[in-house]
Amino acid sequence: MVTTALALPRAARRIDEGLRRSLAVTGRNATLARHLGYWWLLASGFFEPLLYLLSIGFGVGALVGELPLPDGRTVPYAEFVAPAMLASSAMNGAIAESTMNLFAKMKHMRLYDAVLATPVTPVEVAVGELIWATVRGGMYCAAFLVIMVAMGLTTVWGALLAFPATLLVCFAFGGAGMLLATFMKGWQDFDYLMAAQFALFLFSGTFAPVDSFPTVARWLMELTPLYHGVELVRAATTGTFQWVLLWHLAYLVALLVVTLRFAGRRMGGLLLK
Amino acid sequence: MSLIEAQGLVKRFGDFTAVDGIDVRVEAGEAFGFLGPNGAGKSSTMRMVGCVSPPTDGQLRIFGMDPVRDGPAIRSRLGVCPQQDSLDLELTCLENLTVYARYFGIPRKVARERARELLDFVQLGDRADSPVEPLSGGMKRRLVIARALINEPEIVLLDEPTTGLDPQARHLVWERLFRLKQRGVTLVLTTHYMDEAEQLCDRLVVMDAGKIVAEDAPRALIERYSTREVVELRFGLDGLDTYADKLAGVGERLEVLPDRILLYAADGDDAVAQVHGRGLTPSSVLVRRSTLEDVFLHLTGRTLVD
Ligand SMILES: Nc1ncnc2c1ncn2[C@@H]1O[C@H](COP(=O)(O)OP(=O)(O)OP(=O)(O)O)[C@@H](O)[C@H]1O
Ligand SMILES: [Mg+2]
Repeated sequence: MVTTALALPRAARRIDEGLRRSLAVTGRNATLARHLGYWWLLASGFFEPLLYLLSIGFGVGALVGELPLPDGRTVPYAEFVAPAMLASSAMNGAIAESTMNLFAKMKHMRLYDAVLATPVTPVEVAVGELIWATVRGGMYCAAFLVIMVAMGLTTVWGALLAFPATLLVCFAFGGAGMLLATFMKGWQDFDYLMAAQFALFLFSGTFAPVDSFPTVARWLMELTPLYHGVELVRAATTGTFQWVLLWHLAYLVALLVVTLRFAGRRMGGLLLK
Repeated sequence: MSLIEAQGLVKRFGDFTAVDGIDVRVEAGEAFGFLGPNGAGKSSTMRMVGCVSPPTDGQLRIFGMDPVRDGPAIRSRLGVCPQQDSLDLELTCLENLTVYARYFGIPRKVARERARELLDFVQLGDRADSPVEPLSGGMKRRLVIARALINEPEIVLLDEPTTGLDPQARHLVWERLFRLKQRGVTLVLTTHYMDEAEQLCDRLVVMDAGKIVAEDAPRALIERYSTREVVELRFGLDGLDTYADKLAGVGERLEVLPDRILLYAADGDDAVAQVHGRGLTPSSVLVRRSTLEDVFLHLTGRTLVD
């Protein structure tokens, strides 16, 4: 009894200290972000999905007309596409920050060599970088949601619900991107990643519902992570709530936990030789 | 209890053995040095002590704790100046220190105060807000040393702290390290400068090919492995070997280098007298005291291994 009573606070303190150290890693990026010039780099991540929305959502949407939602209601095409653009941009933002930047920091700047000489552990570095990737991705998402509300593509409540969903997408893809970064050998590997990202962007129920594809293709799409992100965000912005959302939620949480764990372990293996 | 205790410590990379079973003890308040030629395994040892490189075999205890299990607890009490600078080139000097302080959980306000003090300590106070990238090599080195002190460590690990510094900066660093030592901080350092080792270290080990080949205080090492004085004789470049034969028996030991002959003797002037007594007239004669460098070269050989 006594030992468990003591062990609990100790475990809690460990997590607390770990989180504080992770936030110190996040803080390094925040410090850098105070420098002028940093923000210009970020602007592209915001405009890309907006341009897609304008050209495809409204342009193509004018030809397509209305699309059915899972609960049977129909919505204008732009309302169908906008949340998918949002989820994709969350994915792209998180992957850019985690994969590219983590790779650069690990292999080129050798930034973590110094960090790991302090009490900070590899997993804490991973969590700290992930939080930053999500802060950055979250800013894009918030801006995009404001535009969606302004254009009447969702309600204020829909946007408020969608925001945490986009954060989860950022977290999950940030974790996955970090894990990928530990496997990257050189910059040419990033071309494959870009191609994979683009494929996900096209085939995750983004531009057309997955059930409009042949059955096998549909199953494949339902296995890929962005599909779950798109479904979750779309449910929030269109107000379509069904039990299947729990499955999407569980998928993304599992993706986050598993990839983060392995990423931390692999970073440890790579850096602590 | 010794602050650092290693027994049979081994580090292997693949099937290459970088550190081959060394025994080391460092006591509190000591300044302890690792000497050795390139590739001897000094940095590999320092990294194991710094808990950023898990030992392959053997025992290692730092503050009585296990580096693999208690890494964070140990590292929170260490200051590390690695061989490669590893500064954050995107941040300013001050930010490099304040950000680093946060990794130790030091509150922001304290971090800023300490960072300013430390920048002054290494005479970089006026560069606080300038970016790190354009700093000269020596300035970066001093910044790394300042960074190593941000958590008021009990042990400071310095891997070649003064390599690349100009004489002024080296003396500044020595003086700062000496002050730390007076405050009771334990110093562990590697260096290729024998004068640095002689000045700073209470005790040192000489490593070669992953093994410790000698261990003692600098003066004691000189007494044990060299004579009190050394005579350097030059005869022109040809036929040094024949001179060597004629010098046999003078002093305790004789060494032929490509350009001169070294005579190791307790009394240099006496040895010189003997040289003249044998009818030899060297073109130049230099009598000097034995240094740690003589010991080092004697123990690790004069040829480059790698
Ligand atoms: N990460 C690594 N992977 C493979 N080999 C390594 C690694 N780190 C060090 N070594 C090897 O271990 C040996 C010892 O290296 P170490 O850096 O400890 O030497 P050192 O005594 O610090 O040398 P120097 O005076 O040049 O700094 C070298 O032969 C080096 O090539
Ligand atoms: Mg070295």
